[in-house]
Amino acid sequence: MPGKLKAKIVAGRHLPVMDRASDLTDAFVEVKFGNTTFKTDVCPKSLNPQWNSEWFKFEVDDEDLQDEPLQITVLDHDTYSANDAIGKVYIDIDPLLCSEAASVISGWFPIYDTIHGIRGEINVLVKVELFNDLNRFRQSSCGVKFFCTTSIPRCYRAAMVHGFVEELVVNEDPEYQWIDRIRTPRASNEARQRLISLMSGELQRKIGLKVLEMGGNAVVGYLQCFDLEGESGLVVRAIGTACTLDKLSSGSAPNTNTHVHPNTAPASNACNSPSKDGKEPVFGEDLPSFSGPPTPFRALPTSSSSPPPFSPSKPCSRQSSSSDTDLSLTPKTEEPLPVRCRPGIFLCPSSPTLSTDTLSLPGSGSVGCGHGSAPRATTPPPHSSVRSDSALLRKSVSFTEDLLLAASGMGSGGSAGKEAGPLKTLLRQQTQTALEQREFPFFTLTSFPPGFLVHVGGVVSARSVKLLDRIHNPDEPETRDAWWEEIRQEIKSHAKALGCHAVVGYSESTSICEEVCILSASGTAAILNPRYMREGCLDIGSTDHRFEEPSPPSCGFCHIPYDELNMPFPAQLTYCYHCRRQKVPDVLFTTIDMPPEAAVTGKGCLIQARLCRLKKKAQGEVNATAISNLLPFMEYELHTQLMNKLKLRSMNALFGLHIQISVGENMLLGLASATGVYLTALPAPGGIQIAGKTPGDLSNEHHILTIQKRINDTITKNKELYQINPPELTEEVVGSPIPEPRQRSRLFRSHSESSDELSELDLSHGKKDAFVLEIDDTDAVEDIHSLLTDAPPPTGFYSCNTEIMPGIYNWTTGVQMFTSVRVFRLSNANLTNQGLNKIFTDLCENLLKSFYFKLRSMIPCCLCHLNFTVAVPEEELIQVAVTAVAMTFDKDQTQEKPADKPVTKGCSETEEQLQFPLELCADSSSITTQTSSKISGVPESTNVSPRVSSLERSSPLPEGRSRSLRSNRSFGGSSVPVVKMTPLSFLPGTRIIKYLGIINMFFIRETTSLREEGGVSGFLHSFIAEVFAMVRAHVAALGGNAVVSYSMKECVLMENPNKNQAQCLINVSGDAVICVIETDQESMPSTINVVQTCSSGADGAT
Amino acid sequence: MAVELDVFVGNTTIMDEEVYQLWLDGYTVNDAVKVRMEGGVLEEFEASADVLLSDTMDQYRTFQMCERLLHSPAKLANQLLFQIPPHRQAILIERYYAFDDAFVREVLGKKLSKGTKKDLDDISAKTSVTLKSCRRQFDNFKRVFKVVEELKGPLVENIRQHFLLSDKLARDYAAIVFFANNRFETGKRKLQYLTFQDFAFCAGQLINSWTIGAVDNMVEDMDVDLDKEFLQELKELKILITDKDLLDQHKSLVCTALRGKTKAFNEMEANFKNLSRGLVNIAAKLTNTKDVRDFFIDLVEKFIEPCRSDRWTASDMRLYLTHYTNSAHILDTFKHQVVWDRYMGVIKSCIFKMYHD
Repeated sequence: MPGKLKAKIVAGRHLPVMDRASDLTDAFVEVKFGNTTFKTDVCPKSLNPQWNSEWFKFEVDDEDLQDEPLQITVLDHDTYSANDAIGKVYIDIDPLLCSEAASVISGWFPIYDTIHGIRGEINVLVKVELFNDLNRFRQSSCGVKFFCTTSIPRCYRAAMVHGFVEELVVNEDPEYQWIDRIRTPRASNEARQRLISLMSGELQRKIGLKVLEMGGNAVVGYLQCFDLEGESGLVVRAIGTACTLDKLSSGSAPNTNTHVHPNTAPASNACNSPSKDGKEPVFGEDLPSFSGPPTPFRALPTSSSSPPPFSPSKPCSRQSSSSDTDLSLTPKTEEPLPVRCRPGIFLCPSSPTLSTDTLSLPGSGSVGCGHGSAPRATTPPPHSSVRSDSALLRKSVSFTEDLLLAASGMGSGGSAGKEAGPLKTLLRQQTQTALEQREFPFFTLTSFPPGFLVHVGGVVSARSVKLLDRIHNPDEPETRDAWWEEIRQEIKSHAKALGCHAVVGYSESTSICEEVCILSASGTAAILNPRYMREGCLDIGSTDHRFEEPSPPSCGFCHIPYDELNMPFPAQLTYCYHCRRQKVPDVLFTTIDMPPEAAVTGKGCLIQARLCRLKKKAQGEVNATAISNLLPFMEYELHTQLMNKLKLRSMNALFGLHIQISVGENMLLGLASATGVYLTALPAPGGIQIAGKTPGDLSNEHHILTIQKRINDTITKNKELYQINPPELTEEVVGSPIPEPRQRSRLFRSHSESSDELSELDLSHGKKDAFVLEIDDTDAVEDIHSLLTDAPPPTGFYSCNTEIMPGIYNWTTGVQMFTSVRVFRLSNANLTNQGLNKIFTDLCENLLKSFYFKLRSMIPCCLCHLNFTVAVPEEELIQVAVTAVAMTFDKDQTQEKPADKPVTKGCSETEEQLQFPLELCADSSSITTQTSSKISGVPESTNVSPRVSSLERSSPLPEGRSRSLRSNRSFGGSSVPVVKMTPLSFLPGTRIIKYLGIINMFFIRETTSLREEGGVSGFLHSFIAEVFAMVRAHVAALGGNAVVSYSMKECVLMENPNKNQAQCLINVSGDAVICVIETDQESMPSTINVVQTCSSGADGAT
Repeated sequence: MAVELDVFVGNTTIMDEEVYQLWLDGYTVNDAVKVRMEGGVLEEFEASADVLLSDTMDQYRTFQMCERLLHSPAKLANQLLFQIPPHRQAILIERYYAFDDAFVREVLGKKLSKGTKKDLDDISAKTSVTLKSCRRQFDNFKRVFKVVEELKGPLVENIRQHFLLSDKLARDYAAIVFFANNRFETGKRKLQYLTFQDFAFCAGQLINSWTIGAVDNMVEDMDVDLDKEFLQELKELKILITDKDLLDQHKSLVCTALRGKTKAFNEMEANFKNLSRGLVNIAAKLTNTKDVRDFFIDLVEKFIEPCRSDRWTASDMRLYLTHYTNSAHILDTFKHQVVWDRYMGVIKSCIFKMYHD
């Protein structure tokens, strides 16, 4: 009986006119929680009613507190007929259940109706009194904190990172229940909203229980998704990373967040004193196959530790397509024992590759073998089976594993002894042990405390095509669980193949079309420092020392985690250009954010590969098979495109890689986005060379020359644009032991080109100079053209899909988050793949151009965290939804900082942290004083033309702010508190002082008067604006002034213009926070006080 | 192949002032795009026409959604749907309530009724202000009129507070409301040369001195209706022209003061009686609503035109009226000094303002 929930209805405003006769409304409110309902009095004839109700008290279980939302319904009293509903507010009270989050919810909430949208506002107060319940068998998990942020939240330090947690719940979708035929659309929408709210509460509670079991107190990188499976049901699933977080005292907190290196601070704290109180990892299940000490798993790592452990490149491995189970990894194999070929694995080596799907590419197997300068054994490919049917799938999976085992076993034997210092080996073993105990050593984090990430292997991914069962069956969760379990196993084995024991930056997604569902998972294989995983395994200080020595932070993560001699795939390795001690791959792909301490040259940029593939319409298994057959090709091509575009920009690494494959009735869409960077530690990319199929044909030759010239020009231009001028020194200095030619040849190999691999192979031997594109047919020409059509962002703009732009360090406070959606109708039924590709590419490019244009007043600015989501809502429609944030920066400083910063950082983190905030303060000294006004005003600078303020005056904020405050007042009424939103985990120039809880909201909007609402654009425009408004209102009611890690997970739009109808579902999430403008440390405490008072004051006021 | 849906929504609502103006001016999306292209945004920013079209549509939609709020500007500050920084809100409101002088000149003094609204297309054709913009402006007038009609307290202040307008704009609206309420005739050909600002100035004068509000500031409609008692008292001024002695005395006082100070002295002397009769008759007739409506016409016909045909300069006019007003104080038998000052103060400044080409 652990909780008493109290709610008070204060007032309403701007209510709609419900009585035409009087132009007024007789409003009253129903407050419902669980099965209990209270009502307020009717406030007659007013559009701005004052109810000032008593406190309505609900005595409830904490389990219910976690699952249920508080439901507030505003109605118009009608004496003679039924009362009309004006709208509802659902309030998630979860934030009140955690002592460290919000203590009261108080504020104006938009009254929302699924048919009419927002209709006025209501002022509500909610409190919870929680009694402690120490019952061990309790079903609730109150107090576990949830964060969408995929890094350690700013005001905490990670005492221990426990690992992966996942859960899913299934239910029938009310929209498909029989009753839906007889109820109104409003009732049906509300049933759905409520159900999803309940399900996500339940899901969160269950995950919380798992976390408690593991000994953690928080979930970081919490990612919750809905699968609307139509008739087969509704799945809500979530994954996250369980951690034990300690709150930093406010005094020490400040460093944390400079915007520059977001993570640094917390991280460092964490490092210095990781607390050891965490428990041993709770999870202990061993996988059977790996559990034995001599298990392969271990073995692999070991070998890697050894000197040349696996060396390959760190690259990216790519993904495998899952559907086929095979893994793909290319590389690794190799080595001493040529024998060892790895069977199923395909790693992709460094670069390129996509191996995964191998199946389909017959050539791939051969590729590996063919070239190796080293002996590579290669692997066969795989088997990829298509898998619509799960039985098949399973089979293939197991197959793979066996192979793996075999392979790894060998590997371990061979390499074990090599050079690695025993210590290192020991460390690794420990880590491994810790990790092995986990069923899935996965982490949803994308950025880490310094020292956490030791090496990065490359991207691993898996996809699987499933047929949704038509008949809903109550045991559903088990089926869905099993599906995901398979995929995760696959990911795990891919990682192992890359010599890595963990997967970071892990995420899962689905794409559903009718009864076919593609499940995808991807992440970055990595080797982690065991410190965070285990209690007391080593003295920290010394650990650091040891680790750091071999791999300085600015380049350590690039060093290959696998055994050089065992490289299974054709990657080319060189000595690290930064420390010159360890081997690095030629190209590195990852799904994580760039470690802040990494050394980069120049700036980064958004790189996208886009692809459309037509497929025949089909049903059931035939359809699933067709899709699985296509997947490998798509992955391969996306990969090739990425690789080419990367080279075209003269860069050598991708961060934040996200590949989405979306299925429609007659086509598949693939979109890969990542942020390209030139990592100083990696070798300079070779150029791109064009080769004709038929040498000798003169005109053709000429043509090729022209294209070649264009490519070379583009590369040169891009180098300038992104300021990539890797000191030629580097190359010379490096004097790498590995002769250049050799490198190149390897490079070359790994990427297979679009055409057939055999020819590639040949080329590799012949011209070692570069990445060769062969023009053998018109498709190839098109491909090359499309390469060149990506327009660079206009002057003053940068774009990336990671948290921040590598190479930009001095963010100012201008922030503009936006969501944009476009739907394109293909009218021509006879489109070819090429034509579709062009349309799709143009669609994406035009969207970007639109953003640049709209945000031009913010120049110089960077679009960060550009998150594209594609869908095929109907047969001839392509939908692209983008959420991103534009942030201004100070151009002048840009140049200087990058140079020293990364370097220094590595050396003395602590000092650095201290310095940094100080510098900032100096810039904006006056800010300090202003803090108080700021709070509510933080956002101010956000406006459309923030730049002016921030650039022109050294201390713009204050003025702007105070002015705005004043003017607010002059406007009379209670002005609305400003709430900033950002998809990033921080707001530049501010410090997060408190996390108030997770925001996870689901809305449905429907209309039967589409034309009157401005068509489908008008409908969606106002819906998105309404969603923003509701998110802001909830955050403000929690006492917050910003949402970080905001994302729009779902935006499903269905329209029927003929019937004048449309319906849209949107799911958004993020972390509500209080942040203050960054100041120096001395003033900290006072600042905080001020803030708190202010915010509470604000609460009262509103 | 077409873009079926295209939206862009910012957490802070993005509004381009140029596009806002085009929207206010009643341009269609396509026309607005043309104007913007000619304006050169494209070259400035290497954008294509598509980009411009998409941006313009987005903004138009945003403005349409905001329009409801702009109808009661106080709501804009505490609505939750759009996050708009306060200074921007102020700009939005100010621009929304701004009007074209050409348009207002046509409507000034007319009843703000449906009938007038039907004539808007003629006005639109005549002034080349788009019909859409005419409607917005007309509706704004009407909305302000309705709201302040029922309020107590100073007119300008009420408008400023309810519509969050700048002082200048609030005064203009006060003038419009005042003219509409009293239905002053402004459309006659002889009045065509007067601008809205001329009338607005006069309205300000009348509001300040001739309304009930000038004496009592807590009455309804205090700034909209003229002070009836005062109008009655104005009849007393007739003595200045009906009493022959007084008239002659007045004339000689004025002439003495003016002699040698202006080239138009002869004309002034010759016309004195006419002019004086003109002004005093206007005063005496103001109790009739009909004559109130013709106030400006009368001023022009009875006073301004004769002077103009005699080629008085503006400073002649100033000189004449100053002495004309002041001399009345010296007349022993003239007892209505207070009413005279209240009347002539306004007449003087109105005529100064109206005496131009």
